[in-house]
Amino acid sequence: MSQDLNTAMVEKYRNDFLKEVEEKVEEGEWVRMCMQCGVCSGSCPLGPYWEHPPQEIFMMIRAGKREEVLSSSSMWMCTSCYNCIVRCPRELPITHIMHGLAHYAKRLGLAPKEQPTMKFAQLFWDNLVKQGRVNELKLGLSLYFMNGFSEGVKTALKMAPVGLGMLKTKRMNPMEMVGGHKVKDLKGFHAMLKKAEEIEAAKIEKQEAEA
Amino acid sequence: MADMKIGAYICKGCGLGERLDTDSLENIASREGKADIARQHDFLCSGDGVAMIRKDIDEEGVDHVVIAACSRRAKTDAFRFEDVACSRVNLREGVVWIRPDTEEARETTQEMAEDYVRMGCAEVRHMKVPHPSNEQPRNRHVLVVGGGVSGMTAALEAAKAGYAATIVEKEDRLGGHAAQLWRRIPTRAPYSDPEVPEIDALIAAVEAHPDITVYLNAKLKKTSGAPGRFYADIETADGVVTESFGSIVQASGFKPYDASQLPEFAYGKTPDVVTQLELERMAREADGGPIQRPSDGKAVGKVVFIQCAGQRSDQEGHLPYCSGYCCNASIKQAMYFKNQNPDIDTVIYYTDLRTPGAGGEDFYRSAQDKEVIFSKAVVKEVTPAEGGGLQVRLHDLILDEEAVTDADLVVLATGMVPNSGVNIEALTKPNVEEEGEGEAEAETEATIEVPVESILNLDYRQGPDVPQLVHGFADSHFICFPYETRRTGIYTTGPVRRPMDIAQAVDDATGAAMKAIQEIENAARGRAAHPRSGDLSFPEFRKEGCTQCKRCTVECPFGAINEDEQRYPVFNESRCRRCGTCMGACPVRVISFENYSVDTVGQQIKAVEVPEESEEKPRILVLACENDAYPALDMAAHNGIAYSAFARVIPVRCLGSVNTIWVTDALNSGYDGVVLMGCRKGEDYQCHFVKGSEMAHYRMSKIFDTLQQLGLETERVITHEVAITDIQRAPGLINEMAETIEKIGLSPLKF
Ligand code: SF4
Ligand code: SF4
Ligand code: SF4
Ligand code: SF4
Repeated sequence: MSQDLNTAMVEKYRNDFLKEVEEKVEEGEWVRMCMQCGVCSGSCPLGPYWEHPPQEIFMMIRAGKREEVLSSSSMWMCTSCYNCIVRCPRELPITHIMHGLAHYAKRLGLAPKEQPTMKFAQLFWDNLVKQGRVNELKLGLSLYFMNGFSEGVKTALKMAPVGLGMLKTKRMNPMEMVGGHKVKDLKGFHAMLKKAEEIEAAKIEKQEAEA
Repeated sequence: MADMKIGAYICKGCGLGERLDTDSLENIASREGKADIARQHDFLCSGDGVAMIRKDIDEEGVDHVVIAACSRRAKTDAFRFEDVACSRVNLREGVVWIRPDTEEARETTQEMAEDYVRMGCAEVRHMKVPHPSNEQPRNRHVLVVGGGVSGMTAALEAAKAGYAATIVEKEDRLGGHAAQLWRRIPTRAPYSDPEVPEIDALIAAVEAHPDITVYLNAKLKKTSGAPGRFYADIETADGVVTESFGSIVQASGFKPYDASQLPEFAYGKTPDVVTQLELERMAREADGGPIQRPSDGKAVGKVVFIQCAGQRSDQEGHLPYCSGYCCNASIKQAMYFKNQNPDIDTVIYYTDLRTPGAGGEDFYRSAQDKEVIFSKAVVKEVTPAEGGGLQVRLHDLILDEEAVTDADLVVLATGMVPNSGVNIEALTKPNVEEEGEGEAEAETEATIEVPVESILNLDYRQGPDVPQLVHGFADSHFICFPYETRRTGIYTTGPVRRPMDIAQAVDDATGAAMKAIQEIENAARGRAAHPRSGDLSFPEFRKEGCTQCKRCTVECPFGAINEDEQRYPVFNESRCRRCGTCMGACPVRVISFENYSVDTVGQQIKAVEVPEESEEKPRILVLACENDAYPALDMAAHNGIAYSAFARVIPVRCLGSVNTIWVTDALNSGYDGVVLMGCRKGEDYQCHFVKGSEMAHYRMSKIFDTLQQLGLETERVITHEVAITDIQRAPGLINEMAETIEKIGLSPLKF
């Protein structure tokens, strides 16, 4: 479905990527207001590691570089530290735009497949959805094994002393491995999520219908 | 001079009484300084102290006053005695505050104070009370050259303040370039859309004002005279009329930069590349409807603006500066398209976007909100595309890559070229190098062809227009003294002075009108204009002694001196700024002011006691510019920074007023070193008299021959550029000279 949505969007907006961002990405209507001062890129603690820091992303959007922006790993690098938002002289909600772009890219199926932040986000979500609470033991372990079995074993062995220490001081309960504790009304929680998913799906459907 | 009565008053306040032997100072004032009355007071600047002096003036007939207290820059209100000649002896900032309060320093500190009292008495003896020249009447009539926004505003403002104005405009209508605009950059909140220029309303106001006369299709055939008595021959189709004026506002505006110098942008190759001014005409014709592509009348779908076209570039034929208005103008013009049809693509390529003015930033934001795209890029080339349209090749500076884009229309943000007339400095050499050269120069002057038409046609010996500061703009200092050209009473305003937009020009012209009025009033009172505002003294010269060497005429930074038929200098009091550069230049020393002359300084130099060689107490003469160096030394004193007790500091009006005779006399009478402190000279000068410091440096560079003839080391005379902020450095320079003397030994010329 997401591939189809992407094609639909390409067709709808032709080469007006700025317009597409304005209409489809959360807070996207702010992008045109960037005055290219570079303060956000300079303030971002991760800026130097980004393929395209925020200022550049905004310029690329205006230059119509759709593929490059949406398949970029850049906006996945944002740690939500809010440094940029605090400093932007034009008061752009940069952090939110980064997340908006990441989310939109994922929806369209354009986000880079091996992006670790994206993978972790998925793990986190799947973990959370099960019991309505994050199972830290399982989340930790699945994180170790995120990049394959052998690497997982290696990481697990490396972390074993930390785990034993936590066990000793009762900071970790091994019983969480089986079942684990959950929210009081798990059924209600799942019903809530389902409703949210329906709303979201309806929204996308409407977008596709418009396209 | 026989009936002169000198009163010397010594203050004991501010620690002077404790640090100095004031009885001895009083003694010196009466015995050596020949003061008829010498008194001490505990607080001279108090009401009681001032009353004591006043009483002596009124009842005892004292007409020459020596105030030995604080710096001449302090307590100026208390010690203002305008009816007598007055000399200030700086015992506070000049002596006790720059010397350590120790037993061993006591003797040299006292000697310093005593010398300064001697100097004050010697100075005042040669001073007279300055009297106004009465050379010109109060002429409440301002000549405004140029009838654009700046000129019309200046005329209106002057007229509103009760001074008549006459506008001379070369075109057949008022309004200048502004009248060609469809809309202007907004002047009112929320600064979001272009505004109607309302130039017609301004023109109507000018035409309706009873005190404003307008000459259209007119030129200045000749301008002569001086503030308070300018005469202008105004030439129109109906002949020439001569009118007299008190002062002049030159608002001659700008010429648009010639875009045909930009072949890389295909200007002239296709009608679809236009300048901002040409787009204004297209917008006027469209009047809110779709703007069409000139080549084929197709409605424009995409327009590209190229900022800084031929500007901010050191390429041959380009303007090196930023014209300041064109970013806002492109923003405005992009809105012409967006407001008519939001689907038109408008892209502004800039390297730095500058939106000066109160609403500039809001206007920029408003354009972004309207989806005008701003892109930081250098446009390399515009080429007509096959089958119509244009191709724009550029380097994107953010993404660091080459890119190509299409456009129906390209608009070039070309800049302003000042309309400042003849560059007189290209005509004449800046100074007379050797005697006799003036002669040769006068001859070449006559044969040089004037390439540009003069604006003012000044009948000044120094050339027909006002000197230019930089890039052809006519001003003398953008920051420190705007409007003040180097021709007193002639004020430039608007884009002839520096690039600016309409709103700035209105403010600017209002300021210039105020300046013009101020000068009318000053000239009527015989008072100086900036920077010695209010000064009544002016140069007088003894014709019998003059050798017609022309130095004064050539070196006067303000072109104040003309020449008569016999080639004698003719001083124009109201054109003069009272810097004294002419006095410093005159080789036969026939130029002087009533209260400042070769004698008032020369006699101070002589009054200093030069100890015998065996005493090992050198003497250093410091001639410090009163505008920057002297205040810097005062401030050093406020900060308790000490300097050598062997220095004797004399403030001078400008280093340009220093006559080399002072230096040679000092050396001849046994001084061991001479330090001259003036303002920064050269291109980014800070000299209040523009060329004074430069002239002084030049003259001093020639003094080495004299030193060699005297058998003295060249290190004994040094010239420094000192800024008012050099609070640490200025005293340091004096100490450096003291060290130099220690190294090379005392002067052999002591007796
Ligand atoms: S700080 Fe704000 S205005 Fe500056 S480049 Fe970043 S987003 Fe643009
Ligand atoms: S919020 Fe994100 S984009 Fe902004 S500075 Fe922090 S990490 Fe960088
Ligand atoms: S050199 Fe200075 S003092 Fe002399 S005439 Fe010119 S402006 Fe006046
Ligand atoms: S007044 Fe002095 S400087 Fe001027 S021309 Fe005469 S001699 Fe020369």
